[in-house]
Amino acid sequence: MIEVRNLTKHFGSKVAVGGVSFKLEKGEVLGFLGPNGAGKSTTMRMITGFIPPTSGEIRVGEFDMLHNPLPAKALIGYLPENAPSYSDMTVGGFLGFAAEMRGLSGEAKKKAVSRAVEMCFLENVLHQSIETLSKGYRHRTCFAQSIIHDPAVLILDEPTDGLDPNQKHEVRSLIKRMGETKAIIFSTHILEEVEAVCSRAIIIDRGNIVANGTPTELKRRAVDAGAVTLRFGSGNAKQIAAKLEGTPAARKVMVLSENPPVVRAFPKTPESASDLARAAFELAGKEAWTVEDLHVEEGRLDDIFRSITLPDTKEVRQ
Amino acid sequence: MNFTLNSQRHIWTIAKRELIGFFASPVAYVFVVVFLLLSGFFTFMIGGFFERGQAGLEPFFVWHPWLYLFLVPAMGMRMWSEERRMGTIELLLTFPITPWQAIAGKFFAAWTVIGLALLLTFPLVITVNYLGSPDNGVITASYIGSFLMAGAYLAVASMTSAMTRNQVVSFIVSVVACLFLILAGWPPVTNLLSSWASPVVVDAIASFSVMAHFDAIQKGVLDTRDLLYFVSVIVFCLFTTSVIIRAHRAG
Repeated sequence: MIEVRNLTKHFGSKVAVGGVSFKLEKGEVLGFLGPNGAGKSTTMRMITGFIPPTSGEIRVGEFDMLHNPLPAKALIGYLPENAPSYSDMTVGGFLGFAAEMRGLSGEAKKKAVSRAVEMCFLENVLHQSIETLSKGYRHRTCFAQSIIHDPAVLILDEPTDGLDPNQKHEVRSLIKRMGETKAIIFSTHILEEVEAVCSRAIIIDRGNIVANGTPTELKRRAVDAGAVTLRFGSGNAKQIAAKLEGTPAARKVMVLSENPPVVRAFPKTPESASDLARAAFELAGKEAWTVEDLHVEEGRLDDIFRSITLPDTKEVRQ
Repeated sequence: MNFTLNSQRHIWTIAKRELIGFFASPVAYVFVVVFLLLSGFFTFMIGGFFERGQAGLEPFFVWHPWLYLFLVPAMGMRMWSEERRMGTIELLLTFPITPWQAIAGKFFAAWTVIGLALLLTFPLVITVNYLGSPDNGVITASYIGSFLMAGAYLAVASMTSAMTRNQVVSFIVSVVACLFLILAGWPPVTNLLSSWASPVVVDAIASFSVMAHFDAIQKGVLDTRDLLYFVSVIVFCLFTTSVIIRAHRAG
């Protein structure tokens, strides 16, 4: 549905986006991650046709956004950052306006508005002026605007920003549900959101894609991924660590705590994680250790995010 | 899907939204009331409408270039700067419409409010017709000229509004630009200019002024050149608006 090739954007001498390429199909939910100012919003603004890129290509469906913007824009629903809306209108009036701008009128317009109102839980404020609403309602009003025409492509810039935990949960499940039939891109700072909703994630740093994969693939790149952590009822943590280090699958064993004894063993390669777990289990049986807990670390998105976007870990970025 | 056929509908949708905005806030009411009060004051107190002893609306129309100088930029200053300040421009320009449709829709909405204020001066027309027998052709021509002149000012305000997200800056710049449109053909200024510039240059500058064109129309002559002048000022300024908006988006 979306294909972006070598997209760049320069603001004066500053490079905001420096060559971004990716593809997105129907049924995928793509999470955009990155520190503030990494170029997430700029990229989304270019895809939606709000700002022209310095160079590169954008295809939405079968249309070229740069040369044939109107049919391309018609396929997209867009929630800009900070969810702007016309504060002098009522919620119903604003959604009606958005529906008309999308070419809907009469019965189709009414249906579209009531569908969006229902999906975003706006029944209570339908006749209220937008300027009197709380931030959460304003946000949902703008969100409703983006899905009013049931678009094939949804681009959401921080859709859960400023919402309370319940509302966040609602919006997430809404995105997940709609992701089955649409192509969705959304940006966020919240990493658990990516794990909960996305089928794929892209990490952007300083205008470049530094990681692209499923959340599971990305987590595997974290330092802790594949490590085996063991907790014991009793015993000497240092001795246990020394024994574990002797197993062929272990690269390094760390003592995390002396009492209760907790050790973490790192595998030689990420693929040998299960070998290491098996070896540790067998060793524990042989040595009659009182194992209370044994698990393989999945790796955390936070860690991978920090290790590839922090300025002082440049060497990790290649 | 045919997008050109939808063009007029999009312009109308945007204009309708703008009009709702004008009447939901006090902007439209304030404009109409202040316009009526001020034009009444100038016509009767300063223009000497009754003392002249002539059935005509010259004392009414002669003030319009000056009245519009402040009122029209006040009307147009929020046109684009508000969109930029609130971020709604990002919504507006990612809808499947061309920037032209948005510019035209906003322009026509504000122009309609000005037209409404002008229409509400109809008691003056009734009064002169009751008191004497004026040349109603001249009055009609003057109304058309006044409306076109307001459109020209409004287009200037649209242009300056697109330049900044600050409404005060937008207002001041458009007042200055409109003042130029007046003064370029105002006799005291043209006299001053003719003391050092050649008559050709003075005439060229004066032809940019709304004064000469509005005066001609006020005399009851609807010359194509005068109409063309106002229309071309409007088209030029709206075109510049689109250029400014595009440049702003490109960063």
